Amino acid sequence: MSLIINLAYFAAAVLFIVGLKQMSSPTTARPGIIWAGVGMVIATLVTFVHPEISGGVNYTLIILGIAIGGALAWWSGKKVAMTDMPQMIALYNGMGGGAAAGIGAIYLLQATPETVTNTGLAIAVTGSLIGSVAFSGSLVAYAKLEGLMKKTFTFGGQQIVNIAIFAITVLLGFMMATSGGEIGSFSLLLFFVLALAFGVLMTLPIGGADMPVVISLYNALTGLAVGLKGIVLDNPALMIAGIVVGAAGTLLTQLMAKAMNRPIKNILFSQFGGSSGGAEEEIEGTMKEIQANDAGIMMAYAEKVIIVPGYGMAVAQAQHKIWEFTQLLQKRGVDVKFAIHPVAGRMPGHMNVLLAEAGVPYDIIFDLDEINEEFKTADVAMVIGANDVVNPVARTNPDSPIYGMPILNADQAQNVICVKRGKGAGFSGIENHLFYAENNQMLYGDGQKVAAELVASVKALG
Amino acid sequence: MIIEGFIALYIFMLAAFTGYEIISKVPVILHTPLMSGSNFVHGIVLVGTMVALGHAQTPLEQAIGFVAVILAAGNAVGGYVVTERMLEMFKTSKDDKKGDKA
Repeated sequence: MSLIINLAYFAAAVLFIVGLKQMSSPTTARPGIIWAGVGMVIATLVTFVHPEISGGVNYTLIILGIAIGGALAWWSGKKVAMTDMPQMIALYNGMGGGAAAGIGAIYLLQATPETVTNTGLAIAVTGSLIGSVAFSGSLVAYAKLEGLMKKTFTFGGQQIVNIAIFAITVLLGFMMATSGGEIGSFSLLLFFVLALAFGVLMTLPIGGADMPVVISLYNALTGLAVGLKGIVLDNPALMIAGIVVGAAGTLLTQLMAKAMNRPIKNILFSQFGGSSGGAEEEIEGTMKEIQANDAGIMMAYAEKVIIVPGYGMAVAQAQHKIWEFTQLLQKRGVDVKFAIHPVAGRMPGHMNVLLAEAGVPYDIIFDLDEINEEFKTADVAMVIGANDVVNPVARTNPDSPIYGMPILNADQAQNVICVKRGKGAGFSGIENHLFYAENNQMLYGDGQKVAAELVASVKALG
Repeated sequence: MIIEGFIALYIFMLAAFTGYEIISKVPVILHTPLMSGSNFVHGIVLVGTMVALGHAQTPLEQAIGFVAVILAAGNAVGGYVVTERMLEMFKTSKDDKKGDKA
């Protein structure tokens, strides 16, 4: 019996790695997730005959739990809008962290000097701490992105409070790990309460713009917690899957932080947007306005158009109209490309998902490194719903808070059209010098309405 | 016990490098689905919660285990559903001509 279980876990581990590997290319990504899914089903089914599971009540509870959790997640996962994907991932991730903490809690409750070693306890405690932080932290991230919670929450001496709570939690954990199995229920309870509180307090001061990096970090942490539980439970499938995700998630977090030019350390331990970020440079030039009709005709007669979409476009639900507009331009022989900044959506790659939802094929979508040189040869660059990611001060003004962030060089195109809902600085409150540039024209209006007008203007040309 | 001390450390190390290698070649366009996909993979914690609940003895342990199973099942199922939904939408210009279901 144990042979079948071990073989099944081994197969699951292989399928997970193959699946993740396949997810690294758009052509094989879909089979990839399906293979990983097959691995999950095999591992889950075979666990029903695991020798350590006993008692009719427990079996009933397991089946009931899977049914409840699975059904709720299925329903919410099918229903969620693509724009809300980041917070949904945060929520599901938090659930995984909570589950890992739960395993730890049971292990520590059952610990007796005869059954455990200090090493086992130390691993269980570490995994529980990480899992708890990932759980409560992810829930806060979810609440923030979902708009259930005010954007940032800070108070004086917050750092000190956080450090103190963390220190006490670690100390309690250390005491439990060296107890040899005699763990008081009060210290156990306090340990979990403090660990959960730390996750909340750590996430509260972080602004919405940095949230994707935080979600990715918690994803990595949950992976690590699951891997540690794998060691505790002597379960290689958990170990391998957890650690693979932990490592992959860490790298992904680094890539995101790099793309945003925000070192992970700064995101976690300092508050963004609080300071004005140095002296504002004097802006030369004035903003010029253009009407949608003129903009549409300009692009219809262009040879090459690069569209720079930002999250604002997705909020306005303009991506479908933009794709319709793109197809009209393509029929007229215009070469249309999409340029995506790594943080164009709410997390790297989110914009690609939103464009894919509208039907835009991924082979006309390019990322920053691929397309930045091409702006020089483009007749028109249209920026829609994006702001900081095309702000040239990131290249020119060392005093600017976004200085050094890689940006899309939309300002180098012959003509630039910026679609914007109203005047004023963007999300981060930083003035965009592109708006004042000689070759730039502003197209004011709601993204969806503007896109519809653009479509109409090209259609009118016949 | 099948995973003894140092063997666990070896598995840990090799799995970490595997995870790092897999991600390092992923194009930016797939970062969101991939984060979601890796989120699904750690849903394997479900297996762990099943075992933990399986040998729970007191009502308190059963309650914790039950909640853990619900959470883990949510992680696994939810992670799968959203990842699959996202990846389903990715297509090239060539696919476009074959079937436009929009």
